[in-house]
This record gives sequence, structure tokens and C-alpha cells, in this order.
Amino acid sequence: MRALRRLATRHAGPFERLYLVCDRLALALAPLLVKAGLERLERPAAVLESWTKGALFDCNMCGRCVLAATGMTCPMNCPKGLRNGPCGGVRANGNCEIEAALRCVWLEAWEGAGRMRHGGRIGELQAPLDHRLKGSSAWLRRMVERARLGSAPP
Amino acid sequence: MSVHRIEFGDSYPPLPGHVSGGRLERVLRSGRFAVTAELNPPDSADPEEIYQRALVLSEVCDAINATDASGANCHMSSLGICALLKAAGYSAVMQISCRDRNRIAIQGDVLGAAALGVHNVLCLTGDGVEAGDQPGAKPVFDLDSITLLDTIRAMRDEGRFLSGRVIESPPRLFLGAAANPFAPPFDWRPRRLAKKIAAGAQFVQTQYCFDVARLRAFMSEIRDGGLHKACFILVGVGPLASARAARWMRSNVPGVHIPDSVIQRLEGAADQRQEGKRLCVELIQEISEIEGVRGVHVMAYRQEELVNDIIRDSGVLKNRAPRAQGAEPTPGAEII
Ligand code: SF4
Repeated sequence: MRALRRLATRHAGPFERLYLVCDRLALALAPLLVKAGLERLERPAAVLESWTKGALFDCNMCGRCVLAATGMTCPMNCPKGLRNGPCGGVRANGNCEIEAALRCVWLEAWEGAGRMRHGGRIGELQAPLDHRLKGSSAWLRRMVERARLGSAPP
Repeated sequence: MSVHRIEFGDSYPPLPGHVSGGRLERVLRSGRFAVTAELNPPDSADPEEIYQRALVLSEVCDAINATDASGANCHMSSLGICALLKAAGYSAVMQISCRDRNRIAIQGDVLGAAALGVHNVLCLTGDGVEAGDQPGAKPVFDLDSITLLDTIRAMRDEGRFLSGRVIESPPRLFLGAAANPFAPPFDWRPRRLAKKIAAGAQFVQTQYCFDVARLRAFMSEIRDGGLHKACFILVGVGPLASARAARWMRSNVPGVHIPDSVIQRLEGAADQRQEGKRLCVELIQEISEIEGVRGVHVMAYRQEELVNDIIRDSGVLKNRAPRAQGAEPTPGAEII
């Protein structure tokens, strides 16, 4: 899995474009789908999301996806679950303070962000995670939230 | 402009533009070079331990840091230490790590600390539990250093909890963050500090500096971004007891980087402890000359008795008269 995750980070540029296309499509269709009862699809959507994003990003299904703002690297793979950047413990060789064999997730994120058009989003402040969302579909949530907002920009 | 005397104790009437009534904020905003030091927390329930340890630090320090189980080792709590420091009239910096408590516990502690008269809080992510004496503990990390800063800033400035619930009497706290210019990715460290400042950091205490060249590179980027004007930067320093201790620290304390040249210098010395102390004095002198550095934070683990000499020998306090518990402030200690 880690090999694929590296791939996603190394090709953060193309992955970002793919992600943005999907995101836009989903948001555009959101009002229609929600009207058709999309919210009932929580289970299958979560399974689908966990398979695809699990394979590509080692996604942890935190329920509030930040990939596009973290160099297409899932920050939940940081042993401390940090979502706002690296801690001060990163070893001189760039490995994690806790898991000595793991490259710091945020070093990868930083490199990924450098390859992205909107890489600067890595500076955005991420709010504390709502732990009730664990395991649920972030895609679905984003669409439902958008549909509720109507046509207002996110 | 009126003259304000900096006195013992740590509570002053609020000044315009100040968020706390604390000594540390007054010293920094008045343009003085500030000195803070870390108190080695006891494995004891005896308050006398705190009084003894604070006494050796107090003569040269503007505030004393109460660590929060640093290195994930269990000791007296930072809130407990702060309460004792306040009772003895010292100025305290309460360290809060996100490792052991969730957002509910932390926000409660922040109110408790402010009610006890604590004026300064240092927001940390915290070392992993694996580093400490109880590696089987459950790591919490509900918040991180940045969301912690943002949470306390909102408690203070907007008078509300993270949930939005109103706080009747908001805590008046001077907010601090840590920075580690010596850990990769180096080119990101200044931006990380910018993020902390945006989240509410007003002062910064860095990890130990043993590599002045790296610090200079960091500070030059900090100045390019104007960050040195947006927060007060205190650089971490400390005496190394021996080459062996330095090697141990390098491989066992997360985030500490000690260049080989430093270890060689200690190894070559007849009296390694003396050499470590001399090195610390030299480092402080060099560091204090760097534009944008507003103070030093001394971490003299188990060598607290050296802090007094180190600060005096470095000359950074210039015309500020050293203080002693219970003594009268001298006229030279007046600041504007
Ligand atoms: S070193 Fe990197 S991956 Fe490890 S805990 Fe710190 S931020 Fe997370």
C-alpha cells in the first residue's frame, strides 16, 4: 500500500487535477443526487470511498477529507494524526519521531504540495476533527453540505 | 509616557495593546531582552521541591516554564507547578501538550490556570508516548499545537469555547508556541511558524539551538516574511553536561539536533561540564546578536544551578539588575 501512496505523492500534480475534476463533477451533481435520496447511500458510498482512497492514499476514513490541501498525502497516517503540519520531532534523516522506519508523512506532503497547482493550500488551518465522522463517507458529506448550501460557493 | 516598574509577582494592571497582566509580556513589549527557563518537574508531591527549584532560576528569569510531562515522562503536572509558582509570586508559563488530554480537559485547564493567575501558556503538540516511561499509554492528540492555539485565542478574544458556548469571564493569556528550526523540512519551518502566528501565537520558544548557522538561515527567512515583528522569538539554549549526555540527548530526545563539532569540542575538554557551560554562554551571546531574536529560553535539565551564572556571564541582561526573591527592585531595573 505504501508504494501506491508514494506514487500518489510523487504524482501529486496529475492526482490533484483528477481530484479537482471529480470534486467539481460531484458538487455540480450534488443537488440533483441529494434530491434523489443520495443520503441513503451512506454505506455503499463509504465502502467505495474506503476501497479507492484506501488503495491510493492509505486513507483512514476520517470523514473530512483534506487531501487536496495536504499534497495528496493522507495526514491521518502521521502517528500523531496531525492535520496542520509536522511536529518538531522529525529526525535528521526525515523519518518520524515515533516510527523510526516511517518517512515523516508531512515531508511527503510538503513535497507533494510543491508539485501541485494549489499546493499553497497546505498553509490552510484545519479545524479539529469531529471524531463522530470516523468511517463515514467524506465525499457524500461534501455533496450533501453543498446541496444544502444551494448554489453558494463553498 | 509613564514609567512602569517591573516588579516581583506577576500581576499588573492591563496596558493598552497587552492581552495579559503578566511580566513576560511587559518585558517583551517594552523591548527588553527576555529570559525564560524551564523548571525540571519533580517526581514528588512535596511543594518544597518546586520552591527550591524556582528559587535558583528566579533571579535571572522573567518567567519559569512548567513542563507538561515532556518527553512523555510522568512528573508533577504543569497546572500544579504553575499554582505553586504563582503562590510564591513567580511568573509562570504553563505548557500544554495535546498528547494526554482531549479538548474538554484542556479548555477546562485553561480556565483553571487563568483563574489561578497564570498569564502565559505554551501550546505544544507533545512527544509521542513511545518516548516516555509509559509507552503503553493511550496517545490522545485530539487537538494539535495549531488548533490548540486557535482554541485558546478564541476563548480569550471571542469569549467562547470551541463549541461556541459563551465564557462569562474570558481568560487573559499571552499565547506561546514552539518552533524547531533544526528539524526537517527546513524550508517549511518558517511557514509553519507563520501558521502558528495566524492561529494566535504571540511568543515562540524554540527547541535547543546548538547550530547557529542553521538558526541564522531560519531567522533570515523569518525576517524576509516580517514574522519577527509579528511575534517575540525566544531561542532555546542549555548547557550540555558532557559529550556522553549530548550523544544521549541527540538520540533519545525527539527533535534535538546536536552537530558533531559540538560533541567533539566537549570530548576534547579537560572539564566537560565547564566546557558545556562556556559553550552555552557563547551560544547565548551569538544568538542574542541575531536580528529578530528577542530572548532566550534556558533548558538546563538537572543543571538548574548553572542558569544564574550562564545568564550573568552572557551579559544579555545588560543594565537590568538581577532580582532576588524578596529584594527591592533597583532603580536600574525600571523600564519604560
Ligand atoms: S515526525 Fe511527522 S509523521 Fe511523525 S509524528 Fe511528527 S509529524 Fe507525524
